[in-house]
Amino acid sequence: MMAAAQKVVCVEIGGIPIALSTCDARFLDLLRQRYDGFLSSSRPEFELQFDLTRTGPASADDVRVRRDGDEWLIERGDFHARWDPRTGRGSVRQNANPYSLDSVLRILHSLILAQRGGFLLHAASAICDGRAYLFSGVSGAGKTTMTRLAPADITLLTDEISYLRPSADGYAAFGTPFAGELARAGENCTAPVSALFFLEQGPENRVDELSSAEAVRRLMRNILFFAEDQGLVEKLLATACDFVARVPVRRLTFYPDARVWDRVRKFARNFQEAPQHA
Amino acid sequence: MPENCIYIARSSAIAARALAGEMMVMNSADSTFFTLNEVATAIFQAADGHTPLRDIVRDQVCEQFDVDPEQAQADAEQFVAELSSHGILLVSSQPLSSEAP
Repeated sequence: MMAAAQKVVCVEIGGIPIALSTCDARFLDLLRQRYDGFLSSSRPEFELQFDLTRTGPASADDVRVRRDGDEWLIERGDFHARWDPRTGRGSVRQNANPYSLDSVLRILHSLILAQRGGFLLHAASAICDGRAYLFSGVSGAGKTTMTRLAPADITLLTDEISYLRPSADGYAAFGTPFAGELARAGENCTAPVSALFFLEQGPENRVDELSSAEAVRRLMRNILFFAEDQGLVEKLLATACDFVARVPVRRLTFYPDARVWDRVRKFARNFQEAPQHA
Repeated sequence: MPENCIYIARSSAIAARALAGEMMVMNSADSTFFTLNEVATAIFQAADGHTPLRDIVRDQVCEQFDVDPEQAQADAEQFVAELSSHGILLVSSQPLSSEAP
Protein backbone atom coordinates (compact mmCIF):
# COMPACT_ATOMS: atom_id res chain seq x y z
CA MET A 1 0.00 0.00 0.00
CA MET A 2 1.38 3.38 -0.99
CA ALA A 3 1.59 6.22 1.51
CA ALA A 4 -0.43 9.31 0.67
CA ALA A 5 1.62 12.06 -0.96
CA GLN A 6 2.59 14.97 1.25
CA LYS A 7 1.61 18.42 0.07
CA VAL A 8 3.55 21.42 1.27
CA VAL A 9 2.98 25.11 1.84
CA CYS A 10 5.71 27.45 3.01
CA VAL A 11 4.64 30.01 5.61
CA GLU A 12 7.09 32.84 6.23
CA ILE A 13 6.54 34.86 9.41
CA GLY A 14 9.20 37.23 10.67
CA GLY A 15 11.44 36.39 7.74
CA ILE A 16 11.63 32.74 8.81
CA PRO A 17 10.16 30.39 6.17
CA ILE A 18 8.75 27.13 7.53
CA ALA A 19 7.44 24.34 5.32
CA LEU A 20 4.17 22.83 6.59
CA SER A 21 3.35 19.50 5.02
CA THR A 22 0.27 17.30 5.17
CA CYS A 23 -1.35 14.60 3.10
CA ASP A 24 -4.83 15.91 3.95
CA ALA A 25 -6.13 18.16 1.15
CA ARG A 26 -8.67 19.92 3.37
CA PHE A 27 -6.06 20.70 5.99
CA LEU A 28 -3.82 22.05 3.25
CA ASP A 29 -6.63 24.39 2.23
CA LEU A 30 -6.98 25.47 5.87
CA LEU A 31 -3.25 26.26 5.99
CA ARG A 32 -3.46 28.29 2.79
CA GLN A 33 -6.48 30.26 3.96
CA ARG A 34 -5.28 30.87 7.48
CA TYR A 35 -1.83 32.07 6.47
CA ASP A 36 -2.83 33.81 3.27
CA GLY A 37 -0.56 36.83 3.03
CA PHE A 38 2.27 34.92 4.69
CA LEU A 39 2.68 32.18 2.08
CA SER A 40 6.16 32.23 0.62
CA SER A 41 8.20 30.79 -2.20
CA SER A 42 11.41 31.10 -0.16
CA ARG A 43 13.47 28.05 0.55
CA PRO A 44 12.22 26.77 3.95
CA GLU A 45 14.61 26.93 6.88
CA PHE A 46 12.47 24.53 8.88
CA GLU A 47 9.86 21.87 8.25
CA LEU A 48 6.85 20.59 10.16
CA GLN A 49 4.92 17.52 9.03
CA PHE A 50 1.32 17.33 10.23
CA ASP A 51 -0.39 14.08 11.05
CA LEU A 52 -4.07 14.69 11.75
CA THR A 53 -5.68 12.75 14.56
CA ARG A 54 -8.58 13.03 16.94
CA THR A 55 -7.14 14.67 20.04
CA GLY A 56 -8.57 16.71 22.87
CA PRO A 57 -10.10 20.18 22.53
CA ALA A 58 -7.92 23.28 22.33
CA SER A 59 -6.54 24.23 25.71
CA ALA A 60 -4.51 27.25 26.74
CA ASP A 61 -3.25 26.30 30.15
CA ASP A 62 -1.38 23.03 30.01
CA VAL A 63 1.25 23.43 27.31
CA ARG A 64 4.66 21.89 28.08
CA VAL A 65 7.79 22.58 26.06
CA ARG A 66 10.80 20.56 27.10
CA ARG A 67 13.87 18.80 25.83
CA ASP A 68 13.76 15.12 25.05
CA GLY A 69 17.32 14.31 24.11
CA ASP A 70 18.24 16.52 21.17
CA GLU A 71 14.62 17.20 20.31
CA TRP A 72 12.03 19.59 21.65
CA LEU A 73 8.86 17.97 22.87
CA ILE A 74 5.85 20.29 22.65
CA GLU A 75 2.66 18.98 24.22
CA ARG A 76 -0.80 20.16 25.03
CA GLY A 77 -4.12 18.36 25.28
CA ASP A 78 -4.89 19.06 21.65
CA PHE A 79 -1.47 18.46 20.07
CA HIS A 80 1.79 16.57 20.40
CA ALA A 81 4.83 17.82 18.49
CA ARG A 82 8.50 16.97 18.20
CA TRP A 83 11.09 19.23 16.64
CA ASP A 84 14.80 18.68 16.16
CA PRO A 85 16.67 21.99 16.02
CA ARG A 86 19.73 20.25 14.50
CA THR A 87 17.88 19.14 11.37
CA GLY A 88 15.18 21.82 11.51
CA ARG A 89 12.54 19.15 11.07
CA GLY A 90 9.64 18.18 13.22
CA SER A 91 6.30 16.43 13.30
CA VAL A 92 2.94 17.39 14.77
CA ARG A 93 0.00 15.21 15.70
CA GLN A 94 -3.13 17.29 16.14
CA ASN A 95 -6.69 17.58 14.95
CA ALA A 96 -7.60 20.07 12.22
CA ASN A 97 -8.30 22.82 14.75
CA PRO A 98 -6.75 26.10 13.50
CA TYR A 99 -6.16 27.31 17.06
CA SER A 100 -3.96 24.27 17.73
CA LEU A 101 -2.12 25.03 14.52
CA ASP A 102 -1.50 28.63 15.55
CA SER A 103 -0.27 27.51 18.96
CA VAL A 104 2.24 25.05 17.52
CA LEU A 105 3.57 27.66 15.11
CA ARG A 106 3.86 30.31 17.82
CA ILE A 107 5.75 27.96 20.12
CA LEU A 108 8.10 26.90 17.33
CA HIS A 109 8.79 30.53 16.45
CA SER A 110 9.38 31.35 20.13
CA LEU A 111 12.05 28.62 20.27
CA ILE A 112 13.73 29.78 17.06
CA LEU A 113 13.59 33.43 18.08
CA ALA A 114 14.99 32.79 21.55
CA GLN A 115 18.14 31.36 19.97
CA ARG A 116 18.40 34.36 17.65
CA GLY A 117 17.90 37.10 20.23
CA GLY A 118 14.26 37.81 19.37
CA PHE A 119 10.92 37.08 21.00
CA LEU A 120 7.15 37.07 20.67
CA LEU A 121 5.37 39.63 22.80
CA HIS A 122 1.76 39.94 23.92
CA ALA A 123 1.37 43.26 22.17
CA ALA A 124 -0.37 44.99 19.33
CA SER A 125 1.98 46.60 16.86
CA ALA A 126 1.60 48.99 13.99
CA ILE A 127 3.72 51.04 11.61
CA CYS A 128 3.32 54.80 11.79
CA ASP A 129 5.45 57.07 9.60
CA GLY A 130 7.80 54.20 8.78
CA ARG A 131 8.46 53.16 12.39
CA ALA A 132 6.87 50.39 14.42
CA TYR A 133 5.14 51.01 17.76
CA LEU A 134 4.30 48.25 20.21
CA PHE A 135 1.38 48.37 22.65
CA SER A 136 1.56 45.73 25.34
CA GLY A 137 -0.43 44.92 28.42
CA VAL A 138 -2.60 42.38 30.12
CA SER A 139 -5.81 41.24 28.51
CA GLY A 140 -8.22 44.16 28.51
CA ALA A 141 -5.51 46.82 28.74
CA GLY A 142 -6.34 48.11 25.27
CA LYS A 143 -4.24 46.33 22.65
CA THR A 144 -7.12 45.76 20.27
CA THR A 145 -8.60 49.16 21.14
CA MET A 146 -5.39 50.85 20.01
CA THR A 147 -5.56 49.12 16.66
CA ARG A 148 -9.25 49.98 16.24
CA LEU A 149 -8.47 53.64 16.94
CA ALA A 150 -5.59 53.74 14.47
CA PRO A 151 -5.88 56.30 11.66
CA ALA A 152 -6.13 55.09 8.07
CA ASP A 153 -2.43 55.63 7.34
CA ILE A 154 -1.35 53.21 10.09
CA THR A 155 -0.27 49.72 8.98
CA LEU A 156 -1.42 47.02 11.38
CA LEU A 157 1.19 44.35 12.16
CA THR A 158 -0.91 42.52 14.77
CA ASP A 159 -3.44 43.23 17.48
CA GLU A 160 -2.26 40.34 19.65
CA ILE A 161 1.20 38.81 19.17
CA SER A 162 4.12 41.00 18.12
CA TYR A 163 7.14 39.49 16.43
CA LEU A 164 10.50 41.02 17.28
CA ARG A 165 13.99 40.39 16.03
CA PRO A 166 17.25 42.22 16.68
CA SER A 167 18.56 44.41 13.89
CA ALA A 168 21.63 46.51 13.25
CA ASP A 169 20.14 49.61 14.88
CA GLY A 170 17.86 48.08 17.50
CA TYR A 171 14.93 45.77 16.91
CA ALA A 172 12.55 45.18 14.02
CA ALA A 173 8.86 44.32 14.29
CA PHE A 174 7.19 42.02 11.80
CA GLY A 175 3.57 41.47 10.94
CA THR A 176 1.97 38.21 12.05
CA PRO A 177 -1.15 36.28 11.09
CA PHE A 178 -1.91 35.74 14.78
CA ALA A 179 -5.01 37.83 15.44
CA GLY A 180 -6.76 38.66 18.69
CA GLU A 181 -10.19 40.20 19.16
CA LEU A 182 -9.82 42.11 15.91
CA ALA A 183 -9.96 38.77 14.06
CA ARG A 184 -7.80 40.22 11.31
CA ALA A 185 -4.28 39.15 10.35
CA GLY A 186 -1.55 41.75 10.32
CA GLU A 187 0.20 42.98 7.21
CA ASN A 188 3.21 40.98 6.15
CA CYS A 189 5.79 43.73 6.45
CA THR A 190 8.44 45.00 8.86
CA ALA A 191 9.78 48.24 10.34
CA PRO A 192 12.33 49.30 12.95
CA VAL A 193 10.84 49.56 16.42
CA SER A 194 10.49 53.12 17.67
CA ALA A 195 8.98 52.46 21.10
CA LEU A 196 7.22 49.97 23.33
CA PHE A 197 4.29 51.28 25.35
CA PHE A 198 2.70 49.44 28.25
CA LEU A 199 -0.96 50.35 28.15
CA GLU A 200 -3.19 51.58 30.92
CA GLN A 201 -6.54 53.22 30.35
CA GLY A 202 -7.19 56.51 32.13
CA PRO A 203 -8.89 59.91 31.87
CA GLU A 204 -6.22 61.47 29.66
CA ASN A 205 -3.44 60.61 27.24
CA ARG A 206 0.01 60.75 28.76
CA VAL A 207 3.39 59.07 28.42
CA ASP A 208 5.50 58.33 31.50
CA GLU A 209 9.02 57.06 31.94
CA LEU A 210 9.66 53.61 33.39
CA SER A 211 12.84 52.62 35.17
CA SER A 212 14.87 50.07 33.25
CA ALA A 213 14.21 47.48 35.96
CA GLU A 214 10.46 48.10 35.76
CA ALA A 215 10.62 47.97 31.97
CA VAL A 216 12.36 44.58 32.04
CA ARG A 217 9.91 43.32 34.64
CA ARG A 218 6.90 44.27 32.49
CA LEU A 219 8.54 43.02 29.34
CA MET A 220 9.33 39.61 30.80
CA ARG A 221 5.75 39.20 32.00
CA ASN A 222 4.44 39.71 28.49
CA ILE A 223 6.91 37.65 26.46
CA LEU A 224 5.53 34.38 25.14
CA PHE A 225 7.95 31.78 26.35
CA PHE A 226 7.22 28.20 27.25
CA ALA A 227 10.50 26.26 27.18
CA GLU A 228 11.81 24.53 30.26
CA ASP A 229 15.43 25.09 29.34
CA GLN A 230 18.19 26.76 31.32
CA GLY A 231 20.16 28.01 28.33
CA LEU A 232 17.19 29.58 26.59
CA VAL A 233 15.95 31.21 29.78
CA GLU A 234 19.35 32.86 30.26
CA LYS A 235 19.33 33.97 26.64
CA LEU A 236 15.81 35.38 26.92
CA LEU A 237 16.60 37.38 30.04
CA ALA A 238 19.69 38.82 28.33
CA THR A 239 17.57 39.68 25.28
CA ALA A 240 14.99 41.48 27.42
CA CYS A 241 17.70 43.58 29.07
CA ASP A 242 19.21 44.36 25.67
CA PHE A 243 15.82 45.37 24.27
CA VAL A 244 15.21 47.78 27.15
CA ALA A 245 18.67 49.27 26.66
CA ARG A 246 18.06 49.89 22.93
CA VAL A 247 14.35 50.68 22.63
CA PRO A 248 12.43 53.38 24.55
CA VAL A 249 9.93 51.69 26.87
CA ARG A 250 7.19 53.85 28.37
CA ARG A 251 3.85 53.65 30.13
CA LEU A 252 1.05 55.00 27.93
CA THR A 253 -2.04 56.00 29.85
CA PHE A 254 -4.76 56.60 27.32
CA TYR A 255 -8.34 57.65 26.98
CA PRO A 256 -9.84 55.43 24.32
CA ASP A 257 -10.43 57.80 21.47
CA ALA A 258 -8.46 58.58 18.33
CA ARG A 259 -6.43 61.36 19.98
CA VAL A 260 -4.18 58.77 21.58
CA TRP A 261 -2.48 58.35 18.21
CA ASP A 262 -1.68 62.08 18.20
CA ARG A 263 0.08 61.48 21.50
CA VAL A 264 2.04 58.56 20.01
CA ARG A 265 3.09 60.73 17.06
CA LYS A 266 4.07 63.56 19.40
CA PHE A 267 6.20 61.18 21.44
CA ALA A 268 7.90 59.98 18.26
CA ARG A 269 8.66 63.53 17.10
CA ASN A 270 10.00 64.58 20.50
CA PHE A 271 12.08 61.47 20.89
CA GLN A 272 13.63 61.79 17.46
CA GLU A 273 14.56 65.38 18.23
CA ALA A 274 16.18 64.37 21.54
CA PRO A 275 17.23 60.73 21.09
CA GLN A 276 18.07 59.91 24.68
CA HIS A 277 16.39 57.30 26.77
CA ALA A 278 16.90 55.66 30.11
CA MET B 1 26.33 24.84 65.53
CA PRO B 2 22.88 26.16 66.52
CA GLU B 3 19.94 23.93 65.70
CA ASN B 4 18.29 26.58 63.56
CA CYS B 5 21.36 27.21 61.39
CA ILE B 6 20.36 27.08 57.73
CA TYR B 7 22.39 27.26 54.55
CA ILE B 8 21.13 28.60 51.27
CA ALA B 9 22.36 28.18 47.70
CA ARG B 10 21.16 29.48 44.38
CA SER B 11 19.57 26.86 42.18
CA SER B 12 21.43 26.13 38.96
CA ALA B 13 18.09 26.08 37.11
CA ILE B 14 17.68 29.83 37.10
CA ALA B 15 18.83 32.83 35.11
CA ALA B 16 19.65 36.04 36.96
CA ARG B 17 20.77 39.51 35.94
CA ALA B 18 21.33 42.64 37.99
CA LEU B 19 19.84 45.84 36.64
CA ALA B 20 19.68 49.24 38.30
CA GLY B 21 20.10 47.84 41.79
CA GLU B 22 17.53 45.10 41.35
CA MET B 23 18.10 41.44 40.61
CA MET B 24 15.96 39.83 37.93
CA VAL B 25 15.54 36.10 38.43
CA MET B 26 13.80 33.64 36.15
CA ASN B 27 13.18 29.99 36.90
CA SER B 28 13.86 27.86 33.83
CA ALA B 29 11.59 25.08 35.07
CA ASP B 30 8.37 27.07 34.89
CA SER B 31 9.40 30.49 33.52
CA THR B 32 8.27 32.27 36.69
CA PHE B 33 9.95 35.65 37.01
CA PHE B 34 10.96 37.56 40.12
CA THR B 35 12.57 40.87 40.86
CA LEU B 36 14.48 41.24 44.11
CA ASN B 37 14.97 44.51 45.97
CA GLU B 38 18.37 45.57 47.28
CA VAL B 39 18.16 43.64 50.57
CA ALA B 40 16.90 40.48 48.89
CA THR B 41 19.59 40.86 46.22
CA ALA B 42 22.30 41.03 48.91
CA ILE B 43 21.02 37.77 50.40
CA PHE B 44 20.64 36.12 46.99
CA GLN B 45 24.17 37.04 45.94
CA ALA B 46 25.62 35.76 49.22
CA ALA B 47 23.79 32.42 48.94
CA ASP B 48 26.92 30.34 48.37
CA GLY B 49 25.74 27.21 50.20
CA HIS B 50 28.49 27.52 52.78
CA THR B 51 27.68 30.68 54.71
CA PRO B 52 24.88 30.30 57.27
CA LEU B 53 21.89 32.56 56.65
CA ARG B 54 22.42 34.08 60.07
CA ASP B 55 25.92 35.24 59.04
CA ILE B 56 24.62 36.55 55.70
CA VAL B 57 22.03 38.65 57.50
CA ARG B 58 24.62 39.95 59.94
CA ASP B 59 27.36 40.68 57.39
CA GLN B 60 25.44 41.59 54.25
CA VAL B 61 22.13 42.97 55.46
CA CYS B 62 22.72 44.58 58.86
CA GLU B 63 26.09 45.97 57.72
CA GLN B 64 24.72 47.59 54.57
CA PHE B 65 21.17 48.54 55.50
CA ASP B 66 19.67 50.34 58.45
CA VAL B 67 17.56 47.47 59.80
CA ASP B 68 16.80 45.89 63.15
CA PRO B 69 18.79 42.60 63.36
CA GLU B 70 15.90 40.50 64.66
CA GLN B 71 13.50 41.89 62.11
CA ALA B 72 16.11 41.44 59.38
CA GLN B 73 16.55 37.77 60.34
CA ALA B 74 12.80 37.17 60.36
CA ASP B 75 12.38 38.92 57.00
CA ALA B 76 15.30 36.96 55.55
CA GLU B 77 13.83 33.64 56.66
CA GLN B 78 10.48 34.56 55.10
CA PHE B 79 12.19 35.61 51.87
CA VAL B 80 14.24 32.41 51.75
CA ALA B 81 11.14 30.29 52.36
CA GLU B 82 9.30 32.01 49.53
CA LEU B 83 12.13 31.72 47.01
CA SER B 84 12.79 28.12 47.98
CA SER B 85 9.11 27.29 47.40
CA HIS B 86 9.62 28.50 43.82
CA GLY B 87 12.85 26.55 43.35
CA ILE B 88 15.03 29.67 43.21
CA LEU B 89 16.96 28.92 46.42
CA LEU B 90 17.98 25.60 47.90
CA VAL B 91 17.81 25.35 51.68
CA SER B 92 19.49 22.85 54.01
CA SER B 93 20.60 22.39 57.56
CA GLN B 94 23.96 21.28 56.11
CA PRO B 95 26.35 23.19 53.82
CA LEU B 96 25.36 22.92 50.15
CA SER B 97 27.11 23.00 46.83
CA SER B 98 26.45 26.42 45.31
CA GLU B 99 25.75 24.79 41.94
CA ALA B 100 23.47 22.07 43.21
CA PRO B 101 21.21 20.63 40.49
